[in-house]
Amino acid sequence: MIEKPVKVLVAKIGLDGHDRGAKVIARALKDAGMEVVYTGIRQTPEQVVLSAIEEDVDVIGVSILSGAHVHHIKRLMELLEKEGANDIPVVVGGTIPIPDVDKLKEMGVKEVFLPGTSLKYIVDVVRRLAKERSSVGGHN
Amino acid sequence: MEDIIELFEEARKGKLRAIGRLLTVVENSSIEVLKLLEHVSSDSGRAQVIGVTGIPGAGKSTLISRLIGEYRSRGYKVAVVAIDPSSPISQGSLMGDRLRMQQFATDRGVFIRSISTRGLKGGLSIASLSIIEVFDALGYDKIIVETVGVGQSDVDIMNAAHTIVVVTMPGAGDDIQALKAGVMEIGNVYVINKSDKPEASKTFEYLKFSLDKGDIGFFEPDWVPRIVKTSAIMGQGIRELADVLEEHWDHIRSKGLLREKLASRRMLLSRLLLERVFSDSLQESLRDIDGAIKEMILDGRKYRVVTSMVARRAIEKMLVKVSNLEN
Repeated sequence: MIEKPVKVLVAKIGLDGHDRGAKVIARALKDAGMEVVYTGIRQTPEQVVLSAIEEDVDVIGVSILSGAHVHHIKRLMELLEKEGANDIPVVVGGTIPIPDVDKLKEMGVKEVFLPGTSLKYIVDVVRRLAKERSSVGGHN
Repeated sequence: MEDIIELFEEARKGKLRAIGRLLTVVENSSIEVLKLLEHVSSDSGRAQVIGVTGIPGAGKSTLISRLIGEYRSRGYKVAVVAIDPSSPISQGSLMGDRLRMQQFATDRGVFIRSISTRGLKGGLSIASLSIIEVFDALGYDKIIVETVGVGQSDVDIMNAAHTIVVVTMPGAGDDIQALKAGVMEIGNVYVINKSDKPEASKTFEYLKFSLDKGDIGFFEPDWVPRIVKTSAIMGQGIRELADVLEEHWDHIRSKGLLREKLASRRMLLSRLLLERVFSDSLQESLRDIDGAIKEMILDGRKYRVVTSMVARRAIEKMLVKVSNLEN
């Protein structure tokens, strides 16, 4: 059996339509050999959680530039838990004020990518999270 | 590895997480899947499988999204297999079909799964065919398969779906394009999407001419391929399309074509699975005898090519492995 490629969901939650960043990330992950499900802009946390479950992704990546990250991510994490899917690691990227980084991490977000983060770093983190998950009794 | 049959039973209770995981197992492994497919396929074969194919950019995903809405209003449960190409350079894939269907992400009567071709050049993979079987066994009424749309080589769907929808659009080419061999030949239903665009009636005439002359179209007994004009983005022509698809479904059932179509879908899957089993066990056998091959080559300090001897040994080993599968 060939090793399964890493599968990632890339989504934008909330009302801002600035998707250039999310698309750059999606493309970088694709170029790193990953399977990227891109759901586009203006998603609700509900849509993201159920899509992640249907697609059975290894990592969820959320891009937010609206300033509403604390509110949306809180809801996202609650829903993941409710659906029994909180084993799927979540990473967040966007214009996140530094004081909020810890807040998001306390909610269970694995990593927050601030403006200026290199694509290579993001790819490495996503790959590591996917690998960690599959080695601690993930489903394959 | 979770027990795959157990996972299937969980999925059958409608647990989305279990369905998602089951599909991952199905998509990624070979031998374990045989057990599941044998288990589920006796109790399935009820869903209408609709293949949606046609050139990239014709609006297949948006059209499917509208069709899901129409089917939901008619009370059907819908599953979608959205296939996107993988990169020849990185093997990665950017799967964006789902994006057009996100309004149904929270509808639990709709299950959308994106898969990549993983290097396969056109045609359907074991993964997509197995996922169809699983959706069927889970009781979805309509299973829509969106192919890559690489045009002329994407015709395997013909052997896997009950109904083939070929999607084209205004300006996609003249009458010669409509006559070309390949994907344009296999439709039970032709959709001219983006019919709000000015050249739509010209495209309609080209298509109609080719169909009337019997040059294209998949002519089953008593079924004349149909043309439907839609504008998925405006929501036009969708009800008519759903009606035509129902008509074709009734046609298949009333003409006794149902068993035939199911058989050809399963033949295709069985053949692909067998090829996989053989090639996997052959690879394994070759690895097992690697040392022996090297010895033979180096034997007596003559650096010989030893193909026929290796073949015999590998096949012997392989036979043992394949016959072990039955136990």
